[in-house]
Amino acid sequence: MAVPVIEVDRVRKVYRLGEVEVEALKDVSLAIGTGEFVAVMGASGSGKSTLMNILGCLDRPTEGAYRLDGKDVKELDKDALARIRRKKIGFVFQSYNLIPRMDAQENVELPMVYDGIAAAARRAHALDALRAVGLQERSHHLPSQLSGGQQQRVAIARAIVNTPSLLLADEPTGNLDTASSDEIMGIFQGLNDERGITIVLVTHEPDIARFAKRVLRFRDGQLIQDEPVADRVIYGKGRKT
Amino acid sequence: MNLLAAAKVAYRSLRANKMRSGLTMLGMIIGVAAVIAMVAVGAGANERIAAQIASIGSNLILVIPGSTTSGGLRSGFGGTPTLTMSDYKAIGRELSAVRYAAATTRSAAPVVYGNMNWSTIIQGATPEYFAIREWGLAEGRTFGPEDVDASTKVAVLGQTVSRNLFGGESPIGKIVRIKKVPFTVVGVLESKGQSMQGQDQDDTVVVPITTAQKKLFGTTHIGTVGAILVQATDADSIQQAETQTVELIRQRHRIGRGQEDDFSVRNLSEMLSVAEASTRVMSLLLGAIASVSLLVGGIGIMNIMLVSVTERTREIGIRMAVGAREKDILLQFLIEAVVLALTGGAIGILTGVGGSKLISYFAEWSTVVLPGAIAMAFGFSAAVGIFFGFYPARKASRLDPIEALRYE
Repeated sequence: MAVPVIEVDRVRKVYRLGEVEVEALKDVSLAIGTGEFVAVMGASGSGKSTLMNILGCLDRPTEGAYRLDGKDVKELDKDALARIRRKKIGFVFQSYNLIPRMDAQENVELPMVYDGIAAAARRAHALDALRAVGLQERSHHLPSQLSGGQQQRVAIARAIVNTPSLLLADEPTGNLDTASSDEIMGIFQGLNDERGITIVLVTHEPDIARFAKRVLRFRDGQLIQDEPVADRVIYGKGRKT
Repeated sequence: MNLLAAAKVAYRSLRANKMRSGLTMLGMIIGVAAVIAMVAVGAGANERIAAQIASIGSNLILVIPGSTTSGGLRSGFGGTPTLTMSDYKAIGRELSAVRYAAATTRSAAPVVYGNMNWSTIIQGATPEYFAIREWGLAEGRTFGPEDVDASTKVAVLGQTVSRNLFGGESPIGKIVRIKKVPFTVVGVLESKGQSMQGQDQDDTVVVPITTAQKKLFGTTHIGTVGAILVQATDADSIQQAETQTVELIRQRHRIGRGQEDDFSVRNLSEMLSVAEASTRVMSLLLGAIASVSLLVGGIGIMNIMLVSVTERTREIGIRMAVGAREKDILLQFLIEAVVLALTGGAIGILTGVGGSKLISYFAEWSTVVLPGAIAMAFGFSAAVGIFFGFYPARKASRLDPIEALRYE
């Protein structure tokens, strides 16, 4: 296994909902190496979203350690976490989460705006990223003028524009039809193969998980299964049945 | 994220909600415009008072005949002619705190030139009158002591009289008739405008006091005058001049200790400074009331920013997820509020200046737009933006990104 990008070491996460304590993650340990493509599966409430929030530095574990590129995030303050999100992590969400007033290119530029990159360089990088997802022709379309699949491709361009070491996708195909879903997964595979970007993808569709190389299954806050994908689907080579 | 980029983002999100941004700005516009217009009205009133002080003449004391008791009947002030030409001469000659004294008498009479006539106030005066009232000439000359001694029939016209009798023509050397007595016009006075009581000070004709007494009005008691105007040497000696004048006249009129004065002394500068003080209070009050609307405008901004933060919770979550720091979010919303306030402020300044001009034009009330008031209003709107924008901006920056992303 390659150098681990992600090391989760006996992580517990507890939420308080009023009086009730909810244990979303119970003693989870796992490691994900550079260049891996991992699908995280589980029913809702299994703790997979909580894991994603922790992996994405949006949340911190209650107990245990999370090391990203060998660095424990527990010691970092909010600004440092924001910096990590900006530099090392790209997010793709189920509902795309593009800013509606801004066109495709501006949405892609957003992470660079907070990095203080000059406008000309931002535009060049944004166009590169849009080209990588095949949307360079639509750079001045607003999200409302794009189809769901296209919006998700803009979101992927935004996620990769800062050349992150980790791409986190939370049910990225949840709102898409099969054809668009496959297209999106093809893009992920391309990014994983050609750029070596580590991808962690949450899904509850077995068909989607088969695009990945490794599957983690969660139930009730615990990792119950960790295995490589046996019958992997490669986009463009047709689906195996 | 630098300030310019943040300002651009702010501008765009305000433009996305034109109606709402416009209405919010309206609050600021009205507030700033009200402050500027009201301060301008107040400053205009102040300037008017200052001009009136200057038009009456500075450091003035007015001595008028007082009440006397004759046969158990007390007459009012000015009711009996107790002041005389020799009182006037003594005041001018003997008192150290007095620069000039002038004797005057006044009465209304029609003035005729050719087939034109005009009823006006005929002011009989000694030559010092012009100096005391600081009343310059538009053309010609005034009269001198020799004219008073010889009771010559010369007249100096006020602008209003000159205009009504002569139109555009120069009246110098022309003969006018006052109560059928022919007078040669030797001079025309500068315009002084309205007095504090709203009288036209230029609607007058000044003639030597002796001429007025002998040829025009006559006097029951030869040598009495209507009033004596006294000018102190400077502002600090007004009080002294007043005391000296009272003492001198009491002595000259042989008024014993404990007896009532048969004259009365009024300090005009004092009256005016009271008027000035009350105008100042008025402008302060106007400014204060206008500031309240500025405050209300600020609350409007806070309100709309809070709505905007709630509406854009998801956007804030997205921005945080892609790496915005709390500081970036805070700055973005703060700048949005400041842009709102300053744009409103700038439009408000234009509206306020325009409004002041309209007030001057329609209400015939002079207004003075002070550059200081403009600078203050602009600074104040920036401050309002920061102050009322801070709370919503902080609220935005403190959002939990996970919650914010989940927000529908």
